[in-house]
Amino acid sequence: MSGISKRFPGVVALENVSLSVHPGEIVALIGENGAGKSTLMKILGGVIEKDSGTIQLNGEQIELNSPAEAGSRHIEFIHQELSVLDNLDVAANIFLHREPTRAGWLKLIDRKILYTQADEILQRLGLEISSRTPLSNLSLAQQQLVEIARAISAGARVLIMDEPTSSLTLTETRRLMEIVRDLKADGVSIIYISHRLHEVEEIADRVVVLRDGRNAGELSRDDISHDRMVRAMVGRDLADFFLTKDRPAVTTEHDWFAVHGLSTLRYPNTTVSFAVGRGEILGLAGLVGAGRSEVARAISGVDPPLKGEVTLAGEMLWIESPQDAIERSIYLVPEDRRSAGLIVDATVRENISLPALQRYSRAGLVNLGKETVAAAHACKSMNIKTASYETKAAKLSGGNQQKLVLARWLALSPQVLIFDEPTRGIDVGSKSEIYAEIRRLAAEGVSVIVISSEMEEVLGISDRIAVMHEGKITGLLEREDFSEEAVMRLATGARSETPTVAGN
Amino acid sequence: MKKELGIFILLIVLCAIVAAINPNFLLAINLQNLARQIGAFGIFSIGLGLVIITGGIELSVGSMMALLGVLMSMMLTEWKLGVIVAVVVCIGLAMSLGMIHGLLVTRVKMQPFIVTLCGLLFYRGLARFITKDETKGFGTVGGLDFLRFLANGNLFGIPMPFVLLILIAVVTWIVLHRSVYGRYLFATGKNSEAARYAGVNTRRIVTVAYVISGALTGVSGIVFAFYTNSVSPANHGNAYELYGIAAAVLGGCSLRGGEGSVIGIIIGAALLQVLRNLVNLLGIPSSLDFAVMGAVILLGVMADQIISARRNRRQLV
Repeated sequence: MSGISKRFPGVVALENVSLSVHPGEIVALIGENGAGKSTLMKILGGVIEKDSGTIQLNGEQIELNSPAEAGSRHIEFIHQELSVLDNLDVAANIFLHREPTRAGWLKLIDRKILYTQADEILQRLGLEISSRTPLSNLSLAQQQLVEIARAISAGARVLIMDEPTSSLTLTETRRLMEIVRDLKADGVSIIYISHRLHEVEEIADRVVVLRDGRNAGELSRDDISHDRMVRAMVGRDLADFFLTKDRPAVTTEHDWFAVHGLSTLRYPNTTVSFAVGRGEILGLAGLVGAGRSEVARAISGVDPPLKGEVTLAGEMLWIESPQDAIERSIYLVPEDRRSAGLIVDATVRENISLPALQRYSRAGLVNLGKETVAAAHACKSMNIKTASYETKAAKLSGGNQQKLVLARWLALSPQVLIFDEPTRGIDVGSKSEIYAEIRRLAAEGVSVIVISSEMEEVLGISDRIAVMHEGKITGLLEREDFSEEAVMRLATGARSETPTVAGN
Repeated sequence: MKKELGIFILLIVLCAIVAAINPNFLLAINLQNLARQIGAFGIFSIGLGLVIITGGIELSVGSMMALLGVLMSMMLTEWKLGVIVAVVVCIGLAMSLGMIHGLLVTRVKMQPFIVTLCGLLFYRGLARFITKDETKGFGTVGGLDFLRFLANGNLFGIPMPFVLLILIAVVTWIVLHRSVYGRYLFATGKNSEAARYAGVNTRRIVTVAYVISGALTGVSGIVFAFYTNSVSPANHGNAYELYGIAAAVLGGCSLRGGEGSVIGIIIGAALLQVLRNLVNLLGIPSSLDFAVMGAVILLGVMADQIISARRNRRQLV
């Protein structure tokens, strides 16, 4: 691809961008959110049309006006959000649109061939599941692999992977990496988009950096390092964004917010107990599916707990609904900001004021003036970049959306703030702003719980880490015991030997 | 606003065409009749619109009106209850039925289509059973002057149902577009999960929408009962819910929820009545009136879809 430009009304999304990838090469495409990575890949995938520039494949100039055309050139796109159909089984997903048929014009699906071929592909990917399994029975990671299986079975020569690991655990990620290397060995060209730089470091042959819709540098294999990538992406130094490991302990009143004997619907037979002090940041680590989000949703009343006690400042709380939690200033920044955190079809102003609408109203009527002032204040204090307060939240970048979710709770003076994967899929700039905000809140005496699957993040931000495995807390780590290995060991089920275990 | 403007232009153009072909359209008596119909149909359409904004649907409106109509007659003529008692019972019952629908939808998590479809069947059957399928009237019972005035009277030449519609529209406009409840209603309709995370009591918001719809159905039910002056349990209110749904959709409500406005719904309701009037005035066989309505709604919504798709594309280029 060379000299690609694309304009949207009022924005230049891409300006003269070039990218090339050889057969059997893995090129990582990195950049902050809004840098133009997705736009560039959508052009290559035939989802949107370019304004100018050329695309060549094997020396031949090609036009890609639809995903079908890209498909016929064996360019396959694995989107960040899963695009599998969970009402069908694995084989049906793999062969969607390319079903082997029999009986001539009747076009009956040849089920025998379908399932045999699907099983072969699954085996090749090392997936130990039957192709007859309904997709809804699979884990997120397995579903992701089914998408890859679909791309492979379509004979992909160019494979675009947009944040393929954002919902995978460490082991699943490693497995995916192996598969990507195998594909490379088969001569497939891979374009790999990721915010997880250590993955890029591990796997990429070359890194192409985009910034503000332009090429911002290219690193060859030997030059790839965490520092250099970050510098190219943000145009500034690491120190700004990296988490400082040492932070003065500000924790007081260690049992300020305590959870005792909590059971959730997903793990009804185990209980969880832990405490967070005032001004403490408790990391909640573990593999995806360990029950961490369930704990967060139970505490915040979204899915009330089956049993268990929650106390704040020594007082027992009854939390049966989100309203109850919000009334006690316990807020949740949920995992999925687009479906649970925000109403993306509503404006920035409406999203900010929603939980606090009563404050901006009298006699049940909303005072638009007050509401707008509050929105302005929130946008300013969280540095939210938006064209106006009347812009729909859907138009904001991921980072700004996440800041929007946070901003609405900050306006309500939190006592306990729970973050579920606070920086998933957002750019480094917003990431560092959110980290700074978490720190600031803790310094002000807020009890913070951070659920994170990103090792760097959980080790960097927490004062203490509770590790969960299959619905139980398998260990509590103090700062001096922090290490990737210690967290992993507990996350995979090994019990902590120290007497600090609080779960049972 | 764009959506309302489009349908408003359609309404004006349609009126102009009818008036040009048959000047009788502009006769005071015709306009009064038209306004009376718009009023009576508009009132319950607003309620239905609120339910549609939650992402739900209310199919039992017509049957509920038949049930309320025959009960009204029986309370007044057979059980000799006072007028005020009858009105209160009537609207109270409508609200209770709305509440039951709302609770079934929000607590038992049944689909609104199923709940209200069962309502449609059940209330119609009940109305026919308690009357032994006989048409009910109001005979010579005294004290009904005010209710008759509500349905058939005029205030400074403006038919009372239309006046009632305007009053109700003003109140619901404020509720929908200026109040906390309205904001919560749109939020719940757009994304009830996110609204719940933000602390909105979504179940109550949705249930209240069904209760309001019930109340407005009750009001319009009384107007219709005294307008027709006799209530045939098998036919009264037949397919009225479809008028309401069509008015709401024409007026910009999305059946997926989260979108719509009071003004749009009223313009939609007006458009439907103008279409019925048009069939009469242009000498089109009255058996064709549903076909005309279907065709115009289809064309209107289709035009809107094409225009907005083109607008979106132009924004992208």
